[in-house]
Amino acid sequence: MTELLRVRGLNVVFSGFRAITELDFTVSGGELRFLIGPNGAGKTTLIDVITGLTRPASGSVRFAGTELLGRREHQIVRLGIGRTFQTSVVFEQLTVLENLDLAATFRRPLGTLLRRRRGIADQVAEALETTGLAELADRPAGVLSHGQRQWLEIGMLLAQRPSLLLLDEPVAGMSRDERARTGELLRQVAKEHTVIVVEHDMDFLRRFASTVTVLHEGRLLCEGTVAQVQADPRVQEVYLGRTRKESAELVKEAS
Amino acid sequence: MVGTAPAGPTRRRLAGPALFVAVGLLLVAVAPAVLSPFRLDLLGKYLCYAIVAVGIGLAWGRGGMLTLGQGVFFGLGGYAMGMHLKLREAGPGGLPDFMVWSGVESLPALWRPFANPVFALAMVVLLPVTVAVLLGLLVFRQRVRGAYFAVLSQALAAAFVILLVGQQGLTGGTNGLTNFQMFYGLDLYQPGDKRILYLVVVGVLGAMFLLAWQLSRSRFGQLLVAVRDGEDRVRFLGYEPAVVKTIAFAVSAGMAGIAGALFVPMVGLLSPANLGIVASLELLVGVAIGGRFSLAGAVGGALLVNYAKTIFSEESADNWIYLQGAMFVVVMLWAPRGLAGLAADLRTAVRHRRRRPPRSVPAPLPSGTAAVVANRAEEPA
Ligand SMILES: Nc1ncnc2c1ncn2[C@@H]1O[C@H](COP(=O)(O)OP(=O)(O)OP(=O)(O)O)[C@@H](O)[C@H]1O
Ligand SMILES: [Mg+2]
Repeated sequence: MTELLRVRGLNVVFSGFRAITELDFTVSGGELRFLIGPNGAGKTTLIDVITGLTRPASGSVRFAGTELLGRREHQIVRLGIGRTFQTSVVFEQLTVLENLDLAATFRRPLGTLLRRRRGIADQVAEALETTGLAELADRPAGVLSHGQRQWLEIGMLLAQRPSLLLLDEPVAGMSRDERARTGELLRQVAKEHTVIVVEHDMDFLRRFASTVTVLHEGRLLCEGTVAQVQADPRVQEVYLGRTRKESAELVKEAS
Repeated sequence: MVGTAPAGPTRRRLAGPALFVAVGLLLVAVAPAVLSPFRLDLLGKYLCYAIVAVGIGLAWGRGGMLTLGQGVFFGLGGYAMGMHLKLREAGPGGLPDFMVWSGVESLPALWRPFANPVFALAMVVLLPVTVAVLLGLLVFRQRVRGAYFAVLSQALAAAFVILLVGQQGLTGGTNGLTNFQMFYGLDLYQPGDKRILYLVVVGVLGAMFLLAWQLSRSRFGQLLVAVRDGEDRVRFLGYEPAVVKTIAFAVSAGMAGIAGALFVPMVGLLSPANLGIVASLELLVGVAIGGRFSLAGAVGGALLVNYAKTIFSEESADNWIYLQGAMFVVVMLWAPRGLAGLAADLRTAVRHRRRRPPRSVPAPLPSGTAAVVANRAEEPA
């Protein structure tokens, strides 16, 4: 598999506080990569750097050979990187369909912006179908439930036709039922895209046979399959020091 | 509200165009027939303000840019037109009257090109648009927004007035430009010609309204609403919000400029008092009261507030300022969507009795895979 994203020697400092230290991180095309780590490990910060939201102190982030650092957010999106946020943000005044349509427009010629939307573009129809929001297409996004919003965000991402998707805790705050559905959606999306998912939830993670990267205090702790990572004593220690519930789960799973 | 409401039955979809035609007929056919020339002039003046209001509705209502300096653009358009008209009827030596009075001996270089009617017309739009584009790119790229932008735009209005007043020989100072006789062949002292001018104003308002309406229904309009509601999120749709905002701001500035250019022959004078902080605020108050999220509300509010101002000012100008301030505060606190919002609430309340839309939670389905595969072939490198 070809290297799609290559982060080297990344340092992020927030007014003296080192959020990320000397991080090397590589993702190949077609991968479904999980990024885990205790609170404050720097997971969101890493995504923020990749998408141009946060400027690092030093390092390099290359996407398909192109240096991303120094580019503005919208330029990075246009290169084919899309993201969701930990707390989902959709445009509540616009309908589900309009939200998706807007996400798809930037690839069109500028003139189409000045016209009304007529009909539904292919990628919008596909996003509606994939996320299962077709029935709600004409409702304002403001009426959606928490889970539906997350799906809409993922749908908006799909409508952008990105080659790399970055999802920041897509199942946080979801019900069991919604988690299962999101898992299904993720599996679906991962078949055709390179995806990096930030996730805390070990249950959720175990359902995917994929590579896991563990961050801790801004450094790469370890990387491997779910089983390898859970068996790693450093990972257990890190989680032991943090939340009791998750560390207990990790230990139980490893033994 | 308008534009964002789900497409309803045909009757509701035709309500907007029907209202537009009805108001148009009222302004074109009824008003000139029943109003005295004096009242028709006043209405023409209100309509000039309504043109500004359309632009504010776009920039503030759709785009969330609280522009307190719209008077600057109104003034730029107005002075561009005023300078041309003054040169047209300049006395001996080609000097406008006020220059003669202030002892200016030869026409300043800045004035010369405005003798050309086409140049003047172009400047009416280009001057405000250029200033708005420069300001917008500078300010919005620095992510200045909300109250900071409001204060900045207000400061611009203050600075503009100081500039105009300070350059007495160039601008007519506090008195501004007065005594206009002709406007592109129309004699402004002839009621018949004045009526033609009034009809021009109505036509321009209609055109600006349709332009703003089309813009807000277009994808650009949705993008603008998206920028208003989540500027930072829009970046991740692949757009630079500063550019989106600047375009809307420039359009609103252009409209204000055109309004100013029509105001000059309609009212017969333009002075710094017409475009300073207070005047700029007044432009905004009408929009707020009428309803900034609805273009029709913005127009209606501008007409209503200016009409009320005339009525009340005939008795006491001071009371009017307080009353206007009070109305503004009341609307912003209790009815931020203005009169148009109240009207819309009333309509939905009536409609709500008839049907209630379903609310279901469908699951994401593992389908559409083939289509997604097809997409990947088109992905950019
Ligand atoms: N803008 C900022 N200014 C200062 N400190 C910040 C900023 N953003 C993040 N941090 C700090 O950087 C560290 C890493 O934060 P980050 O949000 O990347 O963690 P995370 O791994 O996403 O955690 P969580 O699981 O809670 O989302 C935290 O200690 C956080 O407080
Ligand atoms: Mg986080």
